[in-house]
Amino acid sequence: MSENIFRRDFPIFQGNNTVYFDNAATTQRPVQVLEAMKQFNDTTNANPLRGLYKWSMEATEAYENARHAAAEFIGAEKDCEIIFTRNTTESLNLVAYSYGLSHVKAGDEIVLTVMEHHSNILPWQMVARQTGAKLVYMEPQPDGTITDEEIESKITDKAAIVTVAEVSNVLGVTNPVKKIAEAAHRHGAVCVVDGAQSTPHMPVNVQEIGCDFFAFSGHKLMGPMGIGVLYGKIDLLDDMPPFLTGGEMIEYVTRESATFAEVPEKFEAGTVNAMGAVGLSAAITYLKNVGFDTVMKTEKDLTTRLMDGLSRIPEVTVYGSKDPARHCGIVTFNIEGCHPHDVASVLDTENICVRAGHHCAQPLMKWLGVNATARASLYFYNTEEEVDRFVDAVGKVRGWLGY
Amino acid sequence: MDIKSLYREIVNEHNLHPTHKHDLQNPTMVLNGVNPSCGDDINLQLLIKDGRIADAAFNGSGCAVSQASADMMCDLVIGKDEREAAHLADIFMRMIKGKVTDEEKEELDEAASLEDVAHMPARVKCATLGWRTVKEMIDDLQKNGLKDGKVVANNSEVCGACSNASCDRK
Repeated sequence: MSENIFRRDFPIFQGNNTVYFDNAATTQRPVQVLEAMKQFNDTTNANPLRGLYKWSMEATEAYENARHAAAEFIGAEKDCEIIFTRNTTESLNLVAYSYGLSHVKAGDEIVLTVMEHHSNILPWQMVARQTGAKLVYMEPQPDGTITDEEIESKITDKAAIVTVAEVSNVLGVTNPVKKIAEAAHRHGAVCVVDGAQSTPHMPVNVQEIGCDFFAFSGHKLMGPMGIGVLYGKIDLLDDMPPFLTGGEMIEYVTRESATFAEVPEKFEAGTVNAMGAVGLSAAITYLKNVGFDTVMKTEKDLTTRLMDGLSRIPEVTVYGSKDPARHCGIVTFNIEGCHPHDVASVLDTENICVRAGHHCAQPLMKWLGVNATARASLYFYNTEEEVDRFVDAVGKVRGWLGY
Repeated sequence: MDIKSLYREIVNEHNLHPTHKHDLQNPTMVLNGVNPSCGDDINLQLLIKDGRIADAAFNGSGCAVSQASADMMCDLVIGKDEREAAHLADIFMRMIKGKVTDEEKEELDEAASLEDVAHMPARVKCATLGWRTVKEMIDDLQKNGLKDGKVVANNSEVCGACSNASCDRK
């Protein structure tokens, strides 16, 4: 089996044989990311955006360079269309609270899919409750596909917001975001895309998708936890009220009122996570150096091997498409008679990390007709040897659980 | 004990061949216990006669640890009065927190074998579900008594797969 040359960059993989297959939850960080953050910390750390001295100006520059890197990474037209947040959840909440509450009216519809992560459901439930709008769910086919007919029948002139995950965190399926954005615009709605699971695995271009908002997290693509991005079209962002208020986001403040700074500062209240942004930027650079061709090819090969292996175990059910290429490295499964928590616990004793539970997607669990599932999610730094160890262990789980 | 041995030696038998996983004919108390984060969902049924737990059973779905622990719990509380059952629940909870004496552990009989769950933080909720539920029922019983010979208490937002006709959440 061929060696994976990238593994040596990841301190956490050295000197142990742990199989990390929970990459859809968070990814591991290469030394290049850690070094970039250390460099920032050791040479330029100061509060950005305010200071009039060297370190603060350099910190500001590092932060703004990271914004540029993020803009370029997802094909945003302007750097100011990138707002740094804590994570995808905060990005989606920002859109819901700021755009949603100020633009959605009673009787409007918010269209989403049944496979959304809770973080792209709960904020819209809040908007629907507060405005009197209605949630409308697009339902996938059994293999996870959202058909053109479904898009056309659910997105109507009543739609104010259409929101969809580009890649499902459970099924791994890639949704037709371009078609959905086009349908949303045809009916006068804005389109929000949750890119948490797509950005680590495939090239993304927000202008090509045509979406109005796009959210992703740094930690799912090897950046640090605590830094995320919201992209928004500048015309929309300009017109939106602030989400959080406080320092760094004002022009003038009097005793009774304030005027706000321009986008993006308007949406970045308080001291920003500059070191996190620097780490994200380094992660983007690392990912570009690996190249999405390599990422996608490696993941497809590994997923094919993994799904082939699981298909030889009669008691295993894999959810979603039969085609490994449509899984984005995410393979959600159950073993007959075994609760996923027990599966994850015994795999842990083999030093294999998988996720078990509802994956923050309870409506999708209900749609699948299960209470919970186990999920193996791969990244380009995983190996064939790890896949084989995993498949071998899954084959033994029923025995360990007394069958 | 690592978790594989725990399954092999204790959990599997109770999970695959539970003694008390069925519905009681005429329960005097029924309560759903739920671990929302993992989907464990049990429906615990007690038959209280003259201040004693004359019979106990459960239904529902969940991981092997939650199901086995509930089965062992039923084993232990049958025949006990309210005070004794509450005492056992208290010992079990303390055992999972690692705060229990050897003498106390003996009182838990086979359920004491789940002691090592204390070192598995992710599984604590599974092991304690049955015990938390029975404790809540006893608290309710001690506070409110049986009304018309029957109390159907309920703490859960979500009703799971229980097949008990007397459950008022259906």
